Amino acid sequence: MKVVLKNIEKRGYKGNIDSYLKEGGYNAFKKALKMKPDQILFEIKKSKLVGRGGAAFPTELKWEFAKKCKEYPKYVVCNADEGEPGTFKDRIILENDPHLVLEAMIICGFTVGAEEGFIYIRGEYFKAYEILKRAIEEAERNNFLGKNILGSNFSFKITLFRGAGSYVCGEETALLDSLEGKKGQSRVKPPFPTFVGFKNKPTVLNNVETFANIPEIILKGGDWFSQIGSPLSCGTKLYCLSGDVNRPGVYELPANITLKELIEKCGQGVRGKLKAILPGGVSSNLLTDKELNITLDYPSVQKAGSMLGSGAVIIINDSRCIVDLAKRCAEFFDYESCGKCAPCREGTKRTREIFANITQGQGNLSDILLLKELQEVMYDTSRCGLGQAALNAVRSIIEKFPGEFKEHISKKKCKLKICPM
Amino acid sequence: MSLAKCERELKMVLKECGNKNEALLPCLHVACEKCGYLTEEIITFLAKELNLPPVEVYSVATFYSMFNLQRQGKYVIRICVSLPCYLRGSKKILETLKDELNIETGQTTKDKKFTIEAVSCLGLCDKAPAMMVNKEVYGNLTPKKVKKVILQYKAKR
Amino acid sequence: MINLTIDGQKVRVPKETTIFEAAKKMNIDIPHLCYHEDLSIYGACRICVVEIDRRPRLEPSCATVVEEGMVVRTNTARIRRARKMIVELLLANHPEDCFTCERSQTCELGKLAYDLGVRELRFKKARKYHYEPDTTSPAIIRDPNKCIQCSRCIRVCSEIQSVGAIEFVNRGGRTQVLTFFNKGLNNVECTTCGQCILACPTGALRERTVVDEAWEVISNPKKFVVVQTAPAVRAAIGEEFGMPPGSLVTSKMVTALRRLGFDRVFDTQFGADLTIMEEAHELIERIKNKGTLPMVTSCSPGWIKYIEHFFPECLEYLSTCKSPQQMFGPIAKTYYAQKAGIKPQDMCVVSIMPCVAKKFEAQRPEMKASGVQDVDVVLTTREAARMIKEAGIDFVNLPNEDFDKPLGISSGAGVIFGATGGVMEAALRTAYEIVTGRTLPRIEFEEVRGMQGIKNAEINLNGLSLKVAIAHGLSNAKVLLEEVQKGKSPYHFIEIMACPGGCLGGGGQPMPTNLEIRKARAKSLYQEDKNKPIRKSHQNPAIITLYKEFLGKPLSEKAHKLLHTSYTKRNRY
Repeated sequence: MKVVLKNIEKRGYKGNIDSYLKEGGYNAFKKALKMKPDQILFEIKKSKLVGRGGAAFPTELKWEFAKKCKEYPKYVVCNADEGEPGTFKDRIILENDPHLVLEAMIICGFTVGAEEGFIYIRGEYFKAYEILKRAIEEAERNNFLGKNILGSNFSFKITLFRGAGSYVCGEETALLDSLEGKKGQSRVKPPFPTFVGFKNKPTVLNNVETFANIPEIILKGGDWFSQIGSPLSCGTKLYCLSGDVNRPGVYELPANITLKELIEKCGQGVRGKLKAILPGGVSSNLLTDKELNITLDYPSVQKAGSMLGSGAVIIINDSRCIVDLAKRCAEFFDYESCGKCAPCREGTKRTREIFANITQGQGNLSDILLLKELQEVMYDTSRCGLGQAALNAVRSIIEKFPGEFKEHISKKKCKLKICPM
Repeated sequence: MSLAKCERELKMVLKECGNKNEALLPCLHVACEKCGYLTEEIITFLAKELNLPPVEVYSVATFYSMFNLQRQGKYVIRICVSLPCYLRGSKKILETLKDELNIETGQTTKDKKFTIEAVSCLGLCDKAPAMMVNKEVYGNLTPKKVKKVILQYKAKR
Repeated sequence: MINLTIDGQKVRVPKETTIFEAAKKMNIDIPHLCYHEDLSIYGACRICVVEIDRRPRLEPSCATVVEEGMVVRTNTARIRRARKMIVELLLANHPEDCFTCERSQTCELGKLAYDLGVRELRFKKARKYHYEPDTTSPAIIRDPNKCIQCSRCIRVCSEIQSVGAIEFVNRGGRTQVLTFFNKGLNNVECTTCGQCILACPTGALRERTVVDEAWEVISNPKKFVVVQTAPAVRAAIGEEFGMPPGSLVTSKMVTALRRLGFDRVFDTQFGADLTIMEEAHELIERIKNKGTLPMVTSCSPGWIKYIEHFFPECLEYLSTCKSPQQMFGPIAKTYYAQKAGIKPQDMCVVSIMPCVAKKFEAQRPEMKASGVQDVDVVLTTREAARMIKEAGIDFVNLPNEDFDKPLGISSGAGVIFGATGGVMEAALRTAYEIVTGRTLPRIEFEEVRGMQGIKNAEINLNGLSLKVAIAHGLSNAKVLLEEVQKGKSPYHFIEIMACPGGCLGGGGQPMPTNLEIRKARAKSLYQEDKNKPIRKSHQNPAIITLYKEFLGKPLSEKAHKLLHTSYTKRNRY
């Protein structure tokens, strides 16, 4: 069952407007134009679609809140600042089926009463940027974008906006600040962007994948969509499989698939012997072979003590030193912390230093307790998701691989001879 | 001098955005592309156009890793060092690059041809280990493949 | 109104109140670092976090608005642990030179660490960065090593002062507060007002200290050292010795200074009276001769540097009068030196100022009217207090003494220079009587007093309705200047002070300085004015003598040479 990749996985599909129209592209929008906004909302509500960027917030609620706001102008923003290590699904969608996202944004604009949309695309996605640029021009030429679209009194324009190398801009309020020409640093929430967003106006902010589900929901109905997957998690999900797996790639599956199935059927098995899995990128807690049977929906992964996030499933085999990997994660967050709030700015820095010490044989057993406490405090007090989740992987490594961890500290030994002891 | 290379383009972007702050990031992109890096002159120009304190524009420019305040090589090699690429051997790739070009991460070769940047995930994990040379993507790298790529660029004038 | 529960107590507060403010009403001062009552909410230090029912994480009380039925706890084990750890994190990055730090007695970070019971540092010191301090400015020194990135200096500079000379540069752990391309404060549009120093919770910002220079001249037998003290100092210096804010300690201060070894203790208020004489006459001249109007005051050196950077095309509106400090200097080194039989080069003028910009002002190249540098050493209120402490003087219990004559004689008009609106009121007292030839029916101009950002009034001067405006804080000044720039200013005369509250809220004043304290200091200055037998500058007998014996009349050639100045265009971009 494909919703998002339905066109992409077709042979010979080119992703330009002719290809898209041939596959029934923009029919959802034409249908939506004849519907009342409330009807559209109702279908999305029935679909039980939740945000695919990681937070799993009901999409319909965002749209409804924004629609109800009396403030104008309103904005639609597509979050294409894909930056979580291990995530590349949005790039695949944007490079191969850009009109799918444009159509969804247009439908969103029509529904909530917005006339302007932005796609915030990460700076390194040069190719996707060019493809989107062309797609927008095509849509404008065909009057799917522009003034009085298809003879209606609805007008909508989409502007492409390039990020400039900052992971934290994937956080919605940091993204908005960046879009306004500022540093990408999170805002205080509430108020949420739905009410006070871009230029302090109501703004619907959705992830690329979330938008990509909309046209099919409009065409086939919310009920159809909610039948896919499991009641806990409706529809399909795009999983990005990477790391020590035989066939890395993006796989669209109903969200009732198990971790084991994903690795074995799609990824064709682990390269080497499985040691651990990060189900939601480096921000998520580690899972081990004991948890292979969990289903990959948001609630189940959470129940297993981790999070699905954007669906970046990173496989780690047993030739990897887990402390070395923790150090890598720590370095990433230290580099990407925006530096605004003290716990994240200082905490990520200290964590990196602690791991540098441990991997050089200068660790201290008290570091373990300190890291645990630091994780709890950072989760509790950091301003945005980056700091709150920065030590998740570290914490789970300490808990799930205590032996390897302690060995590095007390015996000053890296069994796999990876750390420079 | 640096401004002369991009003033026309900057003014166009500024005009498109109605001289509003939203123009800042697009302008910084344009300036980096046309001039290679952001000079005092360019930043002062943008501050003046947008009626912002110069230090505020400087602050924004230094926040984002893609904006350079130092002259970069003609070819900027961005090599991903995040976990998925690391698991697939990005460390060796980086070492090969450093050996081939005889510079460290973050440095530019003497002939100003190459700069190596170690960057966070490029979203190319299905092709890990991966790197970009300017806008071009290179995936499934091996040391051998990297050497070949570098040779190609070295041959270019 | 919103009802909520904080620490088990019910409380009712207006809508839009933050938890922090609501708690304050209940006498709970939630520990904080980046919060500052004068500034916008930043919500980044996370020290002020509290527990709120049904919220998964701790929330910053400064940035969280109350909601009906909210249940908040401000002091639980979870909160205490979080606060403590954040302070530990900050300390792991902080130099350990507390004993020798300028702020060792007033450091908010140090106090917080003490209050929160941080007694060991569990994070190893692993400071990788050693940043060069910015010592380019004659007034302010920035040491980025002590910065905890609370952004208070940045916010005060941009929000209160509309200057924006500093910002965060780079990101994450590499973030620093810097000037444009790290050129240094002296090479950018910094006005040297020093409000950033008052805002800084640590020793990252401080005045360029010249205490050693002051001791040196005092102990040099060849130097005749006179000291002048600005009006705002006497209403604040007591705070440094534990006295309540706004304690008026003029006579104790004089005694203390004499005991420090100054040869003469004089009063900048004498200079203020002189300023009024020149400035009131300049205003009358400009009105009579259809000169450039509005005329804008020029006593505040931070303001002068601001207009030079931001409105260089408006310099002609400035009064050409020097500030009281800079009028006092050349008069001491010419008129008084002659009287006392001292060579100007053997005399040393030390100022005690509520201001750090005065350090910059004294060093301006044009300030050499006496042939040598007119003012040699400029100390802030804080530095003067430190000297008194260093000398072991029990300030609080000192007997009262009077200023030396004649440059210690001043009127009440000179006193109120220290408060926003004071220069205006002093000028009006004199201008009214000069123009009308009548005695003022009511000496107090209440309409120009108070802490409102911009004030205005109309005064009837013999049929001319004189329109005046007053601004303090450079953001407010900017509003008035933009009108001037567009040629739309309705005023004849504008008073501007760079610092909130005027000089009494200056960057050189005791810490903390906040609205309540500024009000208390203003109150005592107006009290001092009331206590003065003479309350108008033109009635100051020493001033009258000075004109008679030395200057001739206001705006005379000699007065111009010694007491007036010119300005420099400095660009912003």
